[in-house]
Amino acid sequence: MKYQSAFDIIGPVMVGPSSSHTAGAVRIGNIVRQVLGEAPRRVKFELAGSFAETYRGHGTDLALLAGVLGLPTDSEDIPNAEQVAASHGLQYAFAKVNLGQVHPNTVLVTATGDTRTVQVLASSIGGGKVEVQELDGLPLKFSGERPTLILYHEDRKGFLATVSRILDASGYNIARLALERRSRGGEAVTVCEVDEAVQEDLVQALRGSIPVLRDIRLVYVA
Amino acid sequence: MAFTHLHELIRMANERGVTIGQLMLEVEAEQTGRTKEEILARMARQFDVMEEAVRKGTREPVMTRSGITGGDGHRMHAYLQRGQSFVHPDTLRATAYALAVSEVNAGMGRIVATPTAGSAGILPGVLVAALDSGRYRREELVMALLTAAAIGLVIANSASISGAAGGCQAEVGSATAMAAGALVELAGGTPEQVGHAVGLALKNSLGLVCDPVGGLVEVPCIVRNGLHAITAMTAADMALAGVRSVIPPDEVIAVLHEIGKDMPVSLRETGIGGLAGTPTGKALREKVFGDRAARRNAGPTLAEAACREPAVAGGTGESHRGDAS
Ligand code: SF4
Repeated sequence: MKYQSAFDIIGPVMVGPSSSHTAGAVRIGNIVRQVLGEAPRRVKFELAGSFAETYRGHGTDLALLAGVLGLPTDSEDIPNAEQVAASHGLQYAFAKVNLGQVHPNTVLVTATGDTRTVQVLASSIGGGKVEVQELDGLPLKFSGERPTLILYHEDRKGFLATVSRILDASGYNIARLALERRSRGGEAVTVCEVDEAVQEDLVQALRGSIPVLRDIRLVYVA
Repeated sequence: MAFTHLHELIRMANERGVTIGQLMLEVEAEQTGRTKEEILARMARQFDVMEEAVRKGTREPVMTRSGITGGDGHRMHAYLQRGQSFVHPDTLRATAYALAVSEVNAGMGRIVATPTAGSAGILPGVLVAALDSGRYRREELVMALLTAAAIGLVIANSASISGAAGGCQAEVGSATAMAAGALVELAGGTPEQVGHAVGLALKNSLGLVCDPVGGLVEVPCIVRNGLHAITAMTAADMALAGVRSVIPPDEVIAVLHEIGKDMPVSLRETGIGGLAGTPTGKALREKVFGDRAARRNAGPTLAEAACREPAVAGGTGESHRGDAS
């Protein structure tokens, strides 16, 4: 079920003018920033469908930018995102693309920080809700509405078993789980949504107990 | 439980002997682990934001950033106070309030998406008007928001609440149905009557296309909110009077989805067809973006280059994903 909470419908509290194009776009930007895990220096937004046609009118450009800058959906600074970006020395560009058969409001964001670059394909699916469709080209879906762990690791037997054992022992319940790998035994990414707020000691426990785990990012844009 | 069919909500509400709003509250508490008090307190804060937007947009004229629209919430509010209107001033107040919130939204002010920002005027329009009638307590209006939420969840899960996916019927239509059902429970109607109000309100919204001029959430969005506030109230009154939706509400919701899928892309939030494609619609687009592009040319960013790109319609001639980076 895409929509479960009363606050999905009576909400979010946001700055206008469009929940798909403004609030959803801010959330996509927020997710990109959290996946990047560091201050972005350069960002490219490639917009498709309705996003491409009307992004300027709805302020989608300002909203995406505000999101990448870490502003929340109800920030009255969203209309001034260009100035905020300038003051942070963030370079950005917008382009229109044809992404084929995707949701009408879809954007491919490529963000570069000091140490890494991430690519997120995400859609604003209505009412301010969003769904990531791909992460770094891998078909991983998540919304960021629940605390979401993104685990970068090597594809090894028993990886998921170890992760779920640690989560269970630390009192976390897994709500949604997906693993994608580039090749057998190669680079892999696991996206794990949990019901409880993630504490730092969980991140430490995972890092400490799983040698093939290269990196962890936490995404949560409730 | 999943909110996918109104008839299930009605059955469950009847089984538990509660209203649909109370059922929503119980389910929300079960699913989130929060207490009912916490949920009600949060919902009350949403109502406060709605009321603030209503007051802001009626107290003074709110102009939108494009300058195409604005000031109508304030204008209607002044007009209804003269007491000369065809529609009773208490009723017309809902229109004034809905216009006001939609103008605040278009001006990049703070609103609550109900269910979306484009349709954010209707629910506060009818509920704050009900508050101002003095007949209902604030807590009752907060409960009505939960009724509206349950209806919106059903539509969102079994059809759509996105103009880009389902046309304006999915946004303004959904909001109208939510407001109609909420008013029925506010007045003490039965869960069945809520269902009929939803069916009646939606039937009067089917086929509504999403054709915002210049892609801006202004024309026709703002006036649609104002007028559909009245539709919602009338649908509620009809249901309370015993009028039934001959086509069951769940079937109306299903057909909303079908119609949305059949709508051409030009009429689904692309700002190409419908009112957006009229000579005046196109001229306004030109005016707004001509001005803004000129302003941006003074700016230092990379975005400038993107804004000078020619606008391409419908997917031909755009760059493709592979050669995008
Ligand atoms: S016309 Fe489109 S943008 Fe305007 S309110 Fe309707 S669905 Fe939203």
